[in-house]
Amino acid sequence: MMRGAGWSTLLYKELLRFWKISVQTIAAPVLTALLYLLIFSHVLEARVTVFGGEVGYTAFLIPGLVMMAVLQNAFANSSSSIIQSKITGNLIFILLPPLSPADLFIAYVLGAMVRGIAVGLGVFVVTLAFVPSVAAMPHPFWAIAFALLGSAILGTMGVIAGIWAEKFDQVAAFQNFVIMPLTFLSGVFYSIHSLPPFWQSLSRFNPFFYMIDGFRYGFFGLSDVAPGLSLAIVATCCAALGALTLALLASGWKLRR
Amino acid sequence: MAVAVEVANVMRRFGSVQALAGVSLSVDAGEFFGLLGPNGAGKTTLISILAGLTRADSGTARILGHDVVADYRSARRLLGVVPQELVFDPFFSVRETLKIQSGYFGIRDNGAWIDEILHHLDLTSKDDANMRSLSGGMKRRVLVGQALVHKPPVIVLDEPTAGVDVELRQNLWAFIRKLNRDGHTIILTTHYLEEAEALCGRIAMLKAGSLVALDTKQNLLSQVAGLTVRLVAERVPTAWQARVRRQDHRIFEIGLSRYAELEDLLAALRAEGIAIDELALQETDLEHVFLRIMGATERVP
Repeated sequence: MMRGAGWSTLLYKELLRFWKISVQTIAAPVLTALLYLLIFSHVLEARVTVFGGEVGYTAFLIPGLVMMAVLQNAFANSSSSIIQSKITGNLIFILLPPLSPADLFIAYVLGAMVRGIAVGLGVFVVTLAFVPSVAAMPHPFWAIAFALLGSAILGTMGVIAGIWAEKFDQVAAFQNFVIMPLTFLSGVFYSIHSLPPFWQSLSRFNPFFYMIDGFRYGFFGLSDVAPGLSLAIVATCCAALGALTLALLASGWKLRR
Repeated sequence: MAVAVEVANVMRRFGSVQALAGVSLSVDAGEFFGLLGPNGAGKTTLISILAGLTRADSGTARILGHDVVADYRSARRLLGVVPQELVFDPFFSVRETLKIQSGYFGIRDNGAWIDEILHHLDLTSKDDANMRSLSGGMKRRVLVGQALVHKPPVIVLDEPTAGVDVELRQNLWAFIRKLNRDGHTIILTTHYLEEAEALCGRIAMLKAGSLVALDTKQNLLSQVAGLTVRLVAERVPTAWQARVRRQDHRIFEIGLSRYAELEDLLAALRAEGIAIDELALQETDLEHVFLRIMGATERVP
């Protein structure tokens, strides 16, 4: 018998799980993002000026929608996988083997990152049909760095929500009352410079704002804050949430009675 | 002989319920060990502590010398658990389920052993079937298979035959017996006392979180005299009144230590002119022992 790392099988299981229902987990969120693009760009293209008019509104919207898809789907993957396993009882299959807290963390977060980035890529490819020039990214590595960190953060938040929740509607509440407001108030659909001063200042306390602003920098070389600062803030959030999640997994909170 | 499972003074409280109140026992490698007790006695809590699903408030548990908390990786590699609840992952087929479970233990190319498990559990024809499409009995067998993918030397079965029909139950026991003959230590909790009597060499009985009996099956059975006479009559002979174990109106249960004593009982009944309405002779089984230990007021689980 060949021995390998148990976490890689858990990652494989996580990928297989969303792949088997890819219409729901990949195609549906791509369609949703496309609808946002069609409606918002049609209504607002001629009315909204962003980055002093250097970038058209539809082009501006695309990285926002891509990143929103990455973040929401990364969260959905780990949170729904864990809550489903808890409710159906099959989480026991993961708790009985010699998987360490770090094994569980790596597998669930990587699984969430793959799903988030797969949906993000889907949205990106589909939206290219509307604004092909978006493909000419001046700083692709910045965009990749923010996509990786953003999906890791939301995957981690999904793990926390999945561990904490005891019912499906608690995960839904976490999504509706935490994830959605943070996403919609992060500048997906607007530049924070278009907001009144109070809301501008408030946005600076939202880590999602830095994820989206930094990601957008990769596309246009323009951003509301310096990308280095955004990267530092996002990386710090990622490390802090990661440490918290590892501690929760190690304590067995709500998983091992 | 190596000790397969060692539990020392394990305590666990859930709110106001003392699920385990200081349980100590050890199971030697190669034993077929029964863990019996009424619902709520603490059997599943004890098994959960061995499996790392529940943490003890105090006390220690070891699998083949490996502490289930401090050295959980080794302990879990040596232990296979068939859980009581009928759980499954609806996304996967039978073979995928077993392959994934192998992978969690770090085992990659496990196809030959998975084929053998499928064969012994009579699931070969279902290996591509989705878990959702299986009957309850089949799902139960997949759970047994999942517990065996990593060839654990110690196997714990928490009521594995609940809801499994008689024929499948026989097949399952034949397979578990084979595993025991091959050297695996088996720990079984069951609601079917005849099953424990047929299979287990040594038996522990739990009641309200405490160990109330721990002995070989023979010693437990000999605690209650070998035979029980169930007599329906007006009364029992004067000299036999002290031998009545239980009485319900005109029904008397009298313990006999050997068949020859039946002759004496019949002679005494004749001598006192007592008419026999009914008479039945029963060998003592584990159920008698269980009821006696648990107290006659408790129902058999």
